[in-house]
Amino acid sequence: MIEHVPVLLVVAPIVGGALPLLVGLLTDRAGWSVATLTLGVHAALAAWLVATVAGGQPVVYEVGGFAAPYGIELVVDGLSAAVVGLVSVVSLGVLAYARRAGPHTNSFYTLYLLLVAGLSGMSITGDVFNLYVFLEITGLAAYALVASGDQDAAAVAALRYLIIGTFGASLYLLGVGYLLVATGTLNMADLATKIPQVAGGYTSTLILAAFGLMTAGLAVKVALYPVHTWQPDAYANSPDSVSTLISALVSTVAAYSLARIVFSVFTVDFFAAVPLAQDALFAVAAISVVVGSALAVSQRDVRRMLAYSSVSQFGLVIAGFAVASSTAVVGAIIHLVGHAVMKGGLFATAGIIERKTGARTIEEYAGLTDRAPVAAGAFAVLAFSMVGVPPAVGFVGKWYIVLGAVEVGAWALVAVLLLSTVLTLAYFARLVESMYFTDAPTAAEAEAVAEPEAAGAAIPDGGDAAVSPGMVAVAVAAAVLAVALGLAFPGVEQALENSLPFLP
Amino acid sequence: MSVIDALLTHYNYYAVVLLLGIGVYMLVESTNLIKKVIGMNIFQTGIFLFFITAAYVEGGAAPVVHEGGGPYVSPLPHVLILTAIVVGVALTAVALALVVRIYDEYGTLDEEVLRQLYHD
Repeated sequence: MIEHVPVLLVVAPIVGGALPLLVGLLTDRAGWSVATLTLGVHAALAAWLVATVAGGQPVVYEVGGFAAPYGIELVVDGLSAAVVGLVSVVSLGVLAYARRAGPHTNSFYTLYLLLVAGLSGMSITGDVFNLYVFLEITGLAAYALVASGDQDAAAVAALRYLIIGTFGASLYLLGVGYLLVATGTLNMADLATKIPQVAGGYTSTLILAAFGLMTAGLAVKVALYPVHTWQPDAYANSPDSVSTLISALVSTVAAYSLARIVFSVFTVDFFAAVPLAQDALFAVAAISVVVGSALAVSQRDVRRMLAYSSVSQFGLVIAGFAVASSTAVVGAIIHLVGHAVMKGGLFATAGIIERKTGARTIEEYAGLTDRAPVAAGAFAVLAFSMVGVPPAVGFVGKWYIVLGAVEVGAWALVAVLLLSTVLTLAYFARLVESMYFTDAPTAAEAEAVAEPEAAGAAIPDGGDAAVSPGMVAVAVAAAVLAVALGLAFPGVEQALENSLPFLP
Repeated sequence: MSVIDALLTHYNYYAVVLLLGIGVYMLVESTNLIKKVIGMNIFQTGIFLFFITAAYVEGGAAPVVHEGGGPYVSPLPHVLILTAIVVGVALTAVALALVVRIYDEYGTLDEEVLRQLYHD
């Protein structure tokens, strides 16, 4: 039975996603219940899968009974199990947030479940073309979700996201075409053995072009600098539930796919044969870290600041992958998972704060502890975790990345990481200082009284009632999880390392 | 095969490069949102042509297997591109839906005008 679980992780949300539209013919409030039920099943399946894979054996499913390398294979190893578990937990958690935060339509939940299906598929597929299809399912659902809000700018942000995202996915598809021409296969494991046998080996032009196109395409989806331009608008203009969900998951799973392509298709031998490819990937990631942080420091709008912070943190994750030492990759994976929890939590908290007090910019966050103590506390914990204050998960990820960089003598990464930590501290400390140690000036206080009404006018549920205990629970749970993961991590480090057989 | 031979015989790839180039140029250079969507479609068409042209075998028959058939063109890229075309249609539909909504809200499809509206 367990061998059927991988495909069910994709099928369950697709079938569940059709239901809200059907049930919607009878009642318009059924979407949330259907989505909760479906994702509950999804979470149970994912938990079963994680428990099985933690035992050491990967789970393999041949779609339609066609044997690999001719058929499509779904492969769940330790890394994909970790990512699919993350997708399941976060999407179930954000539902508690979306129940009050909306959008309250059945079609929203259909898109929500389609997004989960796409992300689950990307996490578990063992076929490069299948990955493209899931990449586009994820993309389509994400574009529509960004546009699902009432804000005028949402449609413009979504269209820009769609055009840039499609361009990225098309580059990836072109790279798949080069690989197919060179090797005649699409199966990841099969590609790993056939690429070195191509005439010219790893340095063959076809293989180099394929690597360049596939990594460039996925870098667009991860939103590395300078192809991040879709991301701040998309995060800042989408509804709160959507920005929480996509900031936590979409780029994360794309970064996972990048790692999967680098390590399971091209393998570390490719890096050894073509140091230029490794250096180029590292350079893009390092520039992304520095420029992303610098752009984040210069933002006044808190959501845009968080969005640029993602550009920088994903740069760090990809830099960890590019170093390709086992310790650094484990660090990058921890930071990938940890960042998803932290950034999702920060967006959720920013949404709560805006609904409660109308505060959107750094100035308006002044003296926030008096007006929204719990949200301010959660925000501070998550912010310090992101900076890398022990024992939170942000520290553990960065620690292993630095350790791995030192092991192989990648001093550039150590320097970039230290610089990024200082800059991260710069933009988060400014915000936390303003929340805790600056009194809201009297003018701002008057504004703070006036603004909930203004905000309430925009939100149908109105004022303070727009924040439900479920929403606050999500923010607090993210903060607790960020610290708990940091504490729990030493226990799973060995299991994680054992499940990554492709590492040197 | 010499470089000259490759240049003379692989003329189908010129069409691929031309389509990719036109597509990217429209994506980057046009300020009209509809033209951007068209550019996106042309870019994707270039990729479709790349796959299909790579599958072609000189004198190959359509891959419907019957006795004594042989040589067939490779069916796999055709199947892949059928899927990719479906994906492309879905993307175009979503893009056009967004374009309609943008036009309803702002009364323009010019990116420059939209940018100015933003910053006012």
